Amino acid sequence: MTLDLLPVGQGARITAVDWKCLVDEEAHRLRALGIDEGAKVSVSHRGVFGGRDPIAISVGRMIVAVRRAHAAAMEVEVL
Amino acid sequence: MSRQRKVALVGNPNAGKSALFNALTGARQKIANYPGVTVERKSGRFVLPTGEPVEMTDLPGAYSLDATSPDEEVTSKVVRGHFPGEAVPDVLVIVLDASNLEQHLVFAQEILALGKPTVIALNMVDLAERDGLVLDAMLLEQELGVRVIPTVAVRRRGLTDLAEAIASAEMRHPGPGITDLSLTERRVAAHAMAEGAILSETRRHRLHAQLDRLLLNPWIGPFVLFALLFVVFQAVFAWATPFADGLEAAVGWLTDWTIEFMPAGLVRDLVTDGILAGVGSVVVFLPQIVILFAFILAMEASGYMARAAFLMDRLMSSVGLSGRSFIPLLSSFACAIPGIMATRSISDPKDRLTTILIAPLMTCSARLPVYAVIIAAFIPSRSVGWGIGLQGLVLFALYVAGVIGAMAVALVLRRSVTKGAASGFIMELPKYQLPRLKDMAIGLWQRAWIFLRRAGTIIFTVTVVLWVMLNFPQARPGESQVDASIAGKVANGLAVVVEPIGFNRDMALALIPAMAAREVAVSSLATTYAVDATDEDEQAMELGDQLKSRWTLPMALAFLAWFVFAPQCMSTIAVTRRETNGWKWPAFMLAYLFGLAYIAAGLTFWTATAIGL
Repeated sequence: MTLDLLPVGQGARITAVDWKCLVDEEAHRLRALGIDEGAKVSVSHRGVFGGRDPIAISVGRMIVAVRRAHAAAMEVEVL
Repeated sequence: MSRQRKVALVGNPNAGKSALFNALTGARQKIANYPGVTVERKSGRFVLPTGEPVEMTDLPGAYSLDATSPDEEVTSKVVRGHFPGEAVPDVLVIVLDASNLEQHLVFAQEILALGKPTVIALNMVDLAERDGLVLDAMLLEQELGVRVIPTVAVRRRGLTDLAEAIASAEMRHPGPGITDLSLTERRVAAHAMAEGAILSETRRHRLHAQLDRLLLNPWIGPFVLFALLFVVFQAVFAWATPFADGLEAAVGWLTDWTIEFMPAGLVRDLVTDGILAGVGSVVVFLPQIVILFAFILAMEASGYMARAAFLMDRLMSSVGLSGRSFIPLLSSFACAIPGIMATRSISDPKDRLTTILIAPLMTCSARLPVYAVIIAAFIPSRSVGWGIGLQGLVLFALYVAGVIGAMAVALVLRRSVTKGAASGFIMELPKYQLPRLKDMAIGLWQRAWIFLRRAGTIIFTVTVVLWVMLNFPQARPGESQVDASIAGKVANGLAVVVEPIGFNRDMALALIPAMAAREVAVSSLATTYAVDATDEDEQAMELGDQLKSRWTLPMALAFLAWFVFAPQCMSTIAVTRRETNGWKWPAFMLAYLFGLAYIAAGLTFWTATAIGL
């Protein structure tokens, strides 16, 4: 399952990230924020209008907004 | 030791760095740009317990020394001493959010690996305690090998200890120190240290999680946002009025005073008609700008701004922008100048440029006087049903035309001149906090000063130039001054260009001084039609009758359409030049907006004429 499909509130661990899907700078930024392979994450909120984009991801003690396209590049395993 | 030592604050965004900086330096701050980039350089004077004054700078927030934004690049270069013209800081103060150590220690290790004299401010320990988190600063000190001082910037807790630690930082022998690790290694170490430093942790109801459930709720969230925006608009347009009227009265009083005490002549005319009228017309916007910025600063300081960006991201992404562009564009409804200044919060340079370029399309308050006069004169005041007036509807349509125009332009620009990787939206949603009055006051004062200085200097120059153009060469007896002046000659030339879109020579003439500020078009038309008016209401009313007898309805509509798009504001151009570091983009902005204005006015004129209005 990819991160964008994870139900709200469900804890998960990022197992693999398809970095090729992401622009260098975005990949960089995501990793700097701790959204990386091995990170424990959950989806805390989804966007409002069509497509439920963007999504708010809780990682560590932070909440980070990302686009669904970013989340789709991340494979997660449910914990 | 004659050279003043330098201390720099460095840390992740949302670590409370600015609040700590304000607490340490007070209101004595200098704000400028780092040379060659539009990143704000904030510095202030700070006196060590030894009595030695040092220069303290607040470096832009960064997640890593491996820069991904212009802000991060400045921080990265300055701390490593690679920024030309910027002295290497003697002491670094790393600011950490106590309740987010696991994340903030990742960057802290990168800084510590530089091996510079460093002190750590374990900031916002009160918020951590609110969340039920008690930390062991001593343990962190042992692990990191530098002094770790718990602080609460907003309550001035720990500041004396921090000052002492800064004073002695250079004397301290570096401990075992932190070696250069990879990002993954640093993250593992940060996790271990953060966990180890926790003395006790009690799960409390976390306030921000509950607020988010409400404010990011798919139904309630947008409703709250729009209600808030409604209040902001009300405030900007209604609350500011008495203050604006007061300022206007003050300018009027100053004008009267000048007339009374200066001998009549060209110099007095320059002061009253040129400087006071021109500069005064911009200064009256100060109350609106201060109120607008009060809301923006409160939204930023409370953490709500990031939520607003989150809610609006989907809409903005449909034209190739991101949620971060929302607030600058919103501000532009009051005035494009604070809007363009607010684009500094957009990290992606292409996104930022696009937002700057479309900001003037948001209907700013300077257009209102023009719209009001023309609509009152030409649009009949009747209802179109359901209690909606035709005049209000036309005004609303003009606002909508600006927004639609901006979205269309953004869509085109993102596919052509500002093409780049699809702009992403990656943004930390910070914890909610109550904004501090002192930080707000400092921020407001800085914004107001920047506005007055930037807009004031350019407006001053332009109005003097325009006044000269309107008054020289002097008319011979019997000849009208306007006809004789340079501006009159230019208007004759301009009239040929704008004739195809239905403008007459008077309209062309009004466009010239309106380059300084849009609302000047009204007073300039009034002057041209030689209306003897004493106050603005009378001026507007009589001008309306004048306009009705000289203009046709298609001409008036074309004039309105022109003002939706035309970049008739020198201050906006000047700010754009400053924020984009050159004349290329302001020139582009002028060209495309005048092009659009010409097409829109032409289309309006010929369509209206064709359907027999």
